[in-house]
Amino acid sequence: MSIEWYVVLSSLLFAVGAMGILLRRSPVVILLCLELMLNAGNLALVAFSRMHGNEEGQVFAIVVMVIAACEVVIGLGLIVAIFRRRIPLDVDELTELRG
Amino acid sequence: MSATGWSWLVLLLPLLGSIAIGLGFRVLPERAAGVIGVGAIGLAFLCGVAALICLLGEDPESRHHASSLWDYASAAGLDIKLGIYVDPLSIFMVLVVTGVSTLIHLYSYGYMQSDRGYRRFFSYLNFFVFSMLLLVLAGNFVLLIVGWAFVGFASYALISFWYRRETATKAGMKAFVINVVGDIGLVLAAFLIFREIGSFDYGTVFEEAPSVFSTNEWTVTAICLLLLLGAFAKSAQLPLHTWLPDAMEGPTPVSSLIHAATMVTAGVYLIARTHVLFELAPTAADVAAFVGLATLLIAGTVALVMTDLKRAIAYSTMSQIGYMVVGVSIGAYSAGMFHLMTHAFFKALLFMAAGSIIAAMANEQNIDKMSGFGKAMRFTSIAMLCGALALAAFPLTSGFFSKDEILAYADARGGMYVIFTVLGYLGALITAVYTFRLIFRILPGKPCPEAQELIDTGHLHHGEPFNPATGEREDTEVGFPGAEHHIAEQTPTMKVAMAVLAFLALVGGLIQVPGVDDMVGKFLEPVFEASALAHIHPSTGGEWEGLTIGGVISLVGIGIAYWLYVARPEMPGLLEERLRPLHTLFANKWYFDEAIDLLVVRPMLAIGRFANRVFERVVVDGIVNGTRETVGGAGGLVRAVQSGFVRGYALLLLAGFAGLALYFLIVAS
Repeated sequence: MSIEWYVVLSSLLFAVGAMGILLRRSPVVILLCLELMLNAGNLALVAFSRMHGNEEGQVFAIVVMVIAACEVVIGLGLIVAIFRRRIPLDVDELTELRG
Repeated sequence: MSATGWSWLVLLLPLLGSIAIGLGFRVLPERAAGVIGVGAIGLAFLCGVAALICLLGEDPESRHHASSLWDYASAAGLDIKLGIYVDPLSIFMVLVVTGVSTLIHLYSYGYMQSDRGYRRFFSYLNFFVFSMLLLVLAGNFVLLIVGWAFVGFASYALISFWYRRETATKAGMKAFVINVVGDIGLVLAAFLIFREIGSFDYGTVFEEAPSVFSTNEWTVTAICLLLLLGAFAKSAQLPLHTWLPDAMEGPTPVSSLIHAATMVTAGVYLIARTHVLFELAPTAADVAAFVGLATLLIAGTVALVMTDLKRAIAYSTMSQIGYMVVGVSIGAYSAGMFHLMTHAFFKALLFMAAGSIIAAMANEQNIDKMSGFGKAMRFTSIAMLCGALALAAFPLTSGFFSKDEILAYADARGGMYVIFTVLGYLGALITAVYTFRLIFRILPGKPCPEAQELIDTGHLHHGEPFNPATGEREDTEVGFPGAEHHIAEQTPTMKVAMAVLAFLALVGGLIQVPGVDDMVGKFLEPVFEASALAHIHPSTGGEWEGLTIGGVISLVGIGIAYWLYVARPEMPGLLEERLRPLHTLFANKWYFDEAIDLLVVRPMLAIGRFANRVFERVVVDGIVNGTRETVGGAGGLVRAVQSGFVRGYALLLLAGFAGLALYFLIVAS
């Protein structure tokens, strides 16, 4: 299979993730979409790695996974904390940092 | 102990006295504060005498010592020591200052008795003596400036001593400001000296000056003129003299000590001390001499018409300092210093007597309201008469010898300096007239009500205390001698002080009688040895000729005063009518206050107002407010982006990256 398919799939996944972040208001879904975007990036990295025939891209993909795991831990922790304080889980309502 | 050791003690004692009284004012009883104050100065005088004896025991050529305790300031190329310079000139000044101060402290011990600020007064007074001694003993120009400034502060503190009196606080400020003008001159002169010679030390400066400067070079002339600015401000010479009459707002002992006997002579001392420089700049010396001459004549004419007793004596002080300035500027150094000494005696005495009389008048100072005190206060009037005789240069009194010696020197120097002799004698005539005008107004005649009360009951007149300048009632709560004052020659200490001074005023001149003895001249000779001018000596015959003329003039002056104020009492009024414009000019003190107001104060105020209205409001406020508004506006713009909508941030982020990606794509293709 040629590289184009991988790149197109990766781009589609990325676009889906981005649209999800822009359009959805639930923090949980936004986290899911973030995950999607990161994995779109991973897919592209691995694909290019295969194309060039070395492993550096795959190493980066693993690093990205680790970061994604960390980010999910923090994000979910925040969501649980917000939920516990009975604040509506809606990013449009969470505007306390307005300048 | 050596002369320098004793001199350090002279400096230390008044300082300790001032600190002890100043810190212990809560626990010290009033009497104790007075005793410490008098004792410290008295002991300082004794130490001064000891230093004199040490100095006299030495070879005349080696009678100068520098001594320093530690480095005052030390940097690259700069080495200032906390040092004193002991030579006959400084010891002479030390003796005059401490001697007269001791007597004035003694007088104050009684005079200030009912004052609530008794301890404060003695603390200030001791501090003043310390500063004056520092000024006199300083071994370099930096310490001189320190002493100079301390003296200015002490004068300010003492003029404003009755700080609830508005006129007194204003007079204090005026004195301080004018003195600071002089300080600036002195500081600039010191800078110039350092730039040219590279040292502040007296010894080095005076040794090197003749080789560094050529005669009348502009730098040395500038230095001397700047020194003169300092000297004129401190010694109340034209046109910086206006603070002295106002300074009479302070208590009388202050007028006596600071504004007659010691501080105002600092300028004379400065000129004598730096005579090496002045001889290299004859132009500056002539300027000084002519200013002195103008001051002595103008101040004398003002004293002729003053009706305020203390202010009249203050103008007389200016006039006499004019003689001293003339003396030390034309080269009659020892004569000038001699006049400084005798003047300290008789002027301090006159102020003391005036203080007693003013107290008896319940703080009234107008001589038109006084008369007949000769009967009411016998002791004071005899003392006052002694002082007046000396001031008027009555034959064989102290002022007779000292004043004429200056004039005889001017005559011996010849050339244009004869002007000083001629006009000096005119000044002497004026002096005799105004001095005896005061005497004939106050002492003889029908006693005024206050004097009558003193004769009848032996009690002092107790009036409501009020400010003689404005007529306001005095605030007696904070240290103004209230209605219960019981001063005026009743206290023994005051009598002792006045008696000693009266004695000195009468016979003090005998230590320097031409052709008989020449103690002051011989003592000061080593200081002025290198000076060419100091070796001009009027012949003994010439001096006696001068003395005879002086004596006749003095008698004529007293005669005129007698004729005007006793024999034909209606004459002064007639003269006043006839010479209306002249009288107005004199009574308004030659309009110096107004001229200074017009030339200096108003322009300064206008500049201040301009700076406030235009510069401050428009320029400074413009810059400050402009900065604030720019930052605020920029912040407002950025703040609009911080909407708090997370999805908005995400959109911005994506749009940004998309924009960047687009840019790179375009650039790449």
